Amino acid sequence: MVYDVIVGGKAHRLELQRSAGGGWECQFDGQVVPIDALIPRRDVLSLLVDGRAYEVKREQTATDLHMWVGSSRFAVELRDPRSLRSRMQVREDDAGPKKILAPMPGRVVRVLVAENSEVESGQGIVVVEAMKMQNEIKSPKKGIVKKISAIPGEAVNPGDVLAIVE
Amino acid sequence: MFKKILIANRGEIAVRIIRACREMGVATVAVYSDVDRGALHVRKSDEAYLIGPAPAGESYLRMDKILDVAKRSGAEAIHPGYGFLSENPKFAQACGDAGVKFIGPTAHSMKLMGSKTSARQQMEKAGVPFVPGTSRGLASPEEGEEVAERIGYPVMLKAAAGGGGKGMRLVHSRQELRSGLESAKSEAQRSFGDSEVYIEKAIVNPRHIEMQVLADEHGNTVWLGERECSIQRRHQKVLEEAPSPIVDPEMRRSMGEVAVRVARAADYKNAGTVEFLVDQQKNFYFLEMNTRLQVEHPVTELTTGFDLVHLQIRIAAGEKLPFSQADVGIRGHAIECRIYAEDPDNNYFPSPGKITVLLQPSGPGIRRDSGMYEGWNVPMDYDPLLAKLIGFGTDRQQAIMRLQRALYEYFVAGIKTNISLFQRILGDPDFQAARVDTGFLDRLLAKANPAVNSSRPPEEIEALEKIAAIAAGMFAVLDPASSVGENETAGGAGAAPPAVSNWRRQARSETLR
Repeated sequence: MVYDVIVGGKAHRLELQRSAGGGWECQFDGQVVPIDALIPRRDVLSLLVDGRAYEVKREQTATDLHMWVGSSRFAVELRDPRSLRSRMQVREDDAGPKKILAPMPGRVVRVLVAENSEVESGQGIVVVEAMKMQNEIKSPKKGIVKKISAIPGEAVNPGDVLAIVE
Repeated sequence: MFKKILIANRGEIAVRIIRACREMGVATVAVYSDVDRGALHVRKSDEAYLIGPAPAGESYLRMDKILDVAKRSGAEAIHPGYGFLSENPKFAQACGDAGVKFIGPTAHSMKLMGSKTSARQQMEKAGVPFVPGTSRGLASPEEGEEVAERIGYPVMLKAAAGGGGKGMRLVHSRQELRSGLESAKSEAQRSFGDSEVYIEKAIVNPRHIEMQVLADEHGNTVWLGERECSIQRRHQKVLEEAPSPIVDPEMRRSMGEVAVRVARAADYKNAGTVEFLVDQQKNFYFLEMNTRLQVEHPVTELTTGFDLVHLQIRIAAGEKLPFSQADVGIRGHAIECRIYAEDPDNNYFPSPGKITVLLQPSGPGIRRDSGMYEGWNVPMDYDPLLAKLIGFGTDRQQAIMRLQRALYEYFVAGIKTNISLFQRILGDPDFQAARVDTGFLDRLLAKANPAVNSSRPPEEIEALEKIAAIAAGMFAVLDPASSVGENETAGGAGAAPPAVSNWRRQARSETLR
């Protein structure tokens, strides 16, 4: 397997191959790294690198993948360099419409803007309440509110689309 | 002793009480709302009954439904835990009327302590120290100036009907008093329809220290030592410890004796807590009495060796306290961390949802009172307290080290928790030197977060990033099935695409078809 791994804002080439002995051969940016890896339970990896032992935890949300090395958390993106998406990925960042997603389960309390209105980056779009606290969900960019799907009073789940800003 | 007890609560405290009951051979009855069918307290109890929909007002606060369950199940007593109905005198009364023993004080004591003015009048009679000031509204600005002069600046102006910081003004000098009084009065009028404002000496950077008391129904009242609760955020306690690093045996005895006087003056029964504000000269002033079991009771249990829930139940069953004041000693040091479902990266906003991974610490000196489990969906309808992690050691330093170790082992995924906050608090030099007051946490959070990678040596970060990258790849090849990117990217096993662009990907795959 060959991956482009983006961590800490840098891309690295990672190659992983089953070795004859049943273990794994690992090359990181072209350098051989002797590793031994075991998944003792779901989302937990025991990784030995040249005798040093790490317990790495995997956390996945609707939007992110994080690796916890001890108590340090790293946002990681894993791409298959052969896929079309990865090659197109560079252009994803700020251009085009952005979906505003519910970050946690909750109830929509208020919608703060109207469809087709102009919003600034960081402007509140929707208020979602959870555990007796109200949270303003903000626009990630300056643009036009293309669609508002949040309905006051209705429950939302994490990852649900609240609005789209273009 | 009771044969069966109903627990009118949920979460970690319901589990805590169920455990005590099982230890004592008492059967338990749980109540739950629609969204709590899978909650731990329902799983751990002997009987469980649905009492209504998710909103607490339609379930956990419904006295009629809870009493109906008590009747149906044959429960002889009700433990209210904390929060919900625990400090509601009407509920205590209704239990009594229904012939069910309420495990707590009488409705009369609760009512007395529930009102600020009646509590203060009663306590003044008992000679309890208060923050100096007037207990009645100020008649004129001249009276304000005269009182302020007598008690000394800075002073705090407070609305008599107040709450939530409304109608409150901190005044540093005589020059500021008149304008402060006017604005406090008009704000009080606007907010509460009552412009009555009284004056108190302002305690600068106070500590919040409370004293545990226990009273049986045969006239015995004892104190069990203090808890330091100064680490707070938005007036919510975050971390508590016992003993307080600034309280010596003499001050403890004197606070304890005042707390016992407070309890006696209120004809108090069962477990209660007397809260004090402590100024920089270690003067302590009565704040209020909490007429229930406290969230932070475990630190007292660990340092005194007494089980407060066992004792609550024994007292309610009519037993005498099995020890006297002379038998109470403080040994070692305990610190409690309140693990909340809160997002440290998003201003500690609540974070309900499904717990996908849960790795829990144990080992020497660690107690965990938890209401969560892996696979549980933390409902959005209640308080975000998930669990309490308590460290115990021979001294404060060992308790801190054990907690740091345990926090390193603690891992919760799927929802956000404030676990990282405790690493910050426990590692802070001021905290380690016990230089804390109620402003400590706000000051700490205003500082740069040392856990953020930018403040560490770049080689170290790079080495860890390499481990993270290799681990991400190994997860993808060893356990591709549970990867986030499932079914979206046939070619990109284990990839975690940003969900923001889902619809664009969809559009693209359609054009590719």
